[in-house]
Amino acid sequence: MKSTAPTRAYRRRAPGEPRAVGYLYILPALLVYAVFLLYPFGQSVWLSFVHWDGLTAATPAGFDNYRDLFGDPALRAPFAHALLLLVFYSALPVAIGLLLAAAMSRVRVHGMTFFRTVLFLPQVLALIVVAVAWRSILAPDGLLNDTLRAVGLGSLARPWLGDYTWALPAVGVIGTWVGTGLCMVLFLAGVQRIPRELYEAARMDGAGPVREFLAVTLPGLRPQIAVALTLTIIAGLRNFDLIYITTSGGPGNATSVPAYEVYHRAFETNQVGSAAAVGVALTVLIFALTVTVSRLVEGRRV
Amino acid sequence: MGCPRRAARHRPARALPAVLTLGATLLAAGCVPGTDGSGAAGTGTGVATAVPDPAKAGKTTLTVWDQEIRGGTNGEITQLNREFEKKYPHVRIKRVARSFTDLKTTLKLAVSGNNPPDVIQANQGYPDMVSFVRAGLLTPLDNYAGIYDWNTRYPNTLLNLNRVSVDGTDFGRGRLYGISQTGEFVGLYYNKDVLRKAGLKPPRTWGEFTAGLARLKERGELPVQFGNLDKYPAIHTFGVLQDQYAAAATRDTVLGRGTGFDTAATKDAATALRDWMRRGYLPKGAGGLGYDDAAKMFASGDGAYLMTGTWLLADLKKTMGDKLGLMPPPPAKPGGAPVTTGGQGLAWSITSRSRHPEVAAAYLDFLTSAHASDVMTRHGVLPAVPGPAAARVAPDTVDGQMIDGWKRLSAADGLVPYLDYATPTFYDTLSAALQGVVSGRTSPEKLAATLQQDYGAFQRTQRRRHAQSAPAESR
Repeated sequence: MKSTAPTRAYRRRAPGEPRAVGYLYILPALLVYAVFLLYPFGQSVWLSFVHWDGLTAATPAGFDNYRDLFGDPALRAPFAHALLLLVFYSALPVAIGLLLAAAMSRVRVHGMTFFRTVLFLPQVLALIVVAVAWRSILAPDGLLNDTLRAVGLGSLARPWLGDYTWALPAVGVIGTWVGTGLCMVLFLAGVQRIPRELYEAARMDGAGPVREFLAVTLPGLRPQIAVALTLTIIAGLRNFDLIYITTSGGPGNATSVPAYEVYHRAFETNQVGSAAAVGVALTVLIFALTVTVSRLVEGRRV
Repeated sequence: MGCPRRAARHRPARALPAVLTLGATLLAAGCVPGTDGSGAAGTGTGVATAVPDPAKAGKTTLTVWDQEIRGGTNGEITQLNREFEKKYPHVRIKRVARSFTDLKTTLKLAVSGNNPPDVIQANQGYPDMVSFVRAGLLTPLDNYAGIYDWNTRYPNTLLNLNRVSVDGTDFGRGRLYGISQTGEFVGLYYNKDVLRKAGLKPPRTWGEFTAGLARLKERGELPVQFGNLDKYPAIHTFGVLQDQYAAAATRDTVLGRGTGFDTAATKDAATALRDWMRRGYLPKGAGGLGYDDAAKMFASGDGAYLMTGTWLLADLKKTMGDKLGLMPPPPAKPGGAPVTTGGQGLAWSITSRSRHPEVAAAYLDFLTSAHASDVMTRHGVLPAVPGPAAARVAPDTVDGQMIDGWKRLSAADGLVPYLDYATPTFYDTLSAALQGVVSGRTSPEKLAATLQQDYGAFQRTQRRRHAQSAPAESR
């Protein structure tokens, strides 16, 4: 199809067929997208193939920076941490959100709006605020340890963010807290769109709450689950502020994640090429995971 | 859901190869980012031969980027800027003040851009100052140092920390690329009340100090307040300990001419740190406690000592008042020379593409003059070279103690630079390894080996660079 095709050619086409003029309509948005997203991303890709300290002339690196992603344990670890964090940032919020939504749709809760608002609140707060608040909750003499001591579980109290074993789960729990409200609100909205008749039919067939959840609610929420997974996976993998504020990647490197590594390498240790490679790899990883989610969960063919 | 979004799905798949192609094209075109340093104006040792007179420069705007945003230093800089503008009415100072972390992320772009600031504050060490010099972005100040007598005004130990070798390889020697206004050292803050209650006096020797820790612990007091969640505080504590074992050798090592880190002193210092943790001289949850939180707890009476820099004095004094005392870490023998980690504030440097280097030099001289020292003292800031006003501060106040400690350290050449100056990646290596020691996971031997591995690798790189630049220089 040529853009210079005579107008008559269009008339013969069915309405809704793609036409070249459509590109003109998306041009403004495409321009903005290209200038602010595609071009910088292209630049990052280019930088990932050089060794550059940010100041002096760069030298070509070939695939060195990418090879390091697999060979250098200091770069492999952040990706492993990020994948583990996905359990907390994505899997748990979706699971808890489903449970809450299922429970709330079955039982009439008084003051439902209130609970919904409270659970959704973490989404509204700036992550910096969330991080600062949790840092004080998880402090050695913070709320969590004080509570543990008050109920006689003082032996469990520990400096959560400074503990090699517990720092990563502790940061993960913050992510769970942030993500759960979003998932629940999505699922509650979805549950309301499931026809009542399906539930009635299930009940008449003698389905209990579990059966009803598995046979009606879960399949009915498939698109919402896909959206929730996509959003939380992206939020989890590009997670920077929480780590930056709470642990700076410590103790040791126990909580370093790719997004933090990008910042750290680009601005603090003058390894711009390596930072760009981490960034590109992270983009590819997020892309791959979200495509997988939309194929498997949503059942969409790409 | 049946919405036909298939077309939208395809976009990223098509954009990705396009973007990769763009990247490949740029690469193939051979355009690489960055400068090779040849654009630097200041390949000599500075251009001035006589005392510059800003009054003759005509109408000038001096753009200054600094990170002095905290109470005392901010007040002092604001006042000095105003006075400089008053002294030279046609010079206007355009000040951009940002926090240290903000400055770190934006300064590189600003300095390498087409319209760089005239005066910047450069952080000493390899990642910042040395990189700037290698890229030819800073003007050497040796000539100005001669004209303005900075060479005699400052002790050599301090000037050396602002030096970078001609080829932009070594830190701590070579040409002068900046001058610092303030001094700082890691000292021993103490709570007079807590010490008195435990029947202790401020220690005169290191032995007295450590013996006192045991006694404080027996009395149920926390001997030393410490929080290491932010990673860097342990560097200061460890530095103080290491200096007790081998101050001069450590300084040489940091400046690239020592025996390295796999030494008895490194292991002894790490062992001491581990033992302090085990014996409960440091708080049990130190690994999860923030630096500011630890300072707050010390200020509120939790802990007899706090080992940190003089930069915290103003904040601590506000809460503690007369209860607060400060001394350099006590020497091995009574009346001996103290040693500790310390140095000076960020260096004030002139960018090589500044259009008013002479006005900028006059500004630097003004900021570091005897008058400026007095202004700093009045704002509670420790000047690198204390002036007349500092001499008048009552010696029994905590400010007096700080000035006295600084003078004794300078006189005895007792300052050891921050350990993270040692290599470009040493901050990461050291802070991560020390978190391991504090938590008991990393043995002192492992720490020494880890540090040496980083240090050794960098020294090999340095030797290769020297070998490359040597033939170039002989030409």
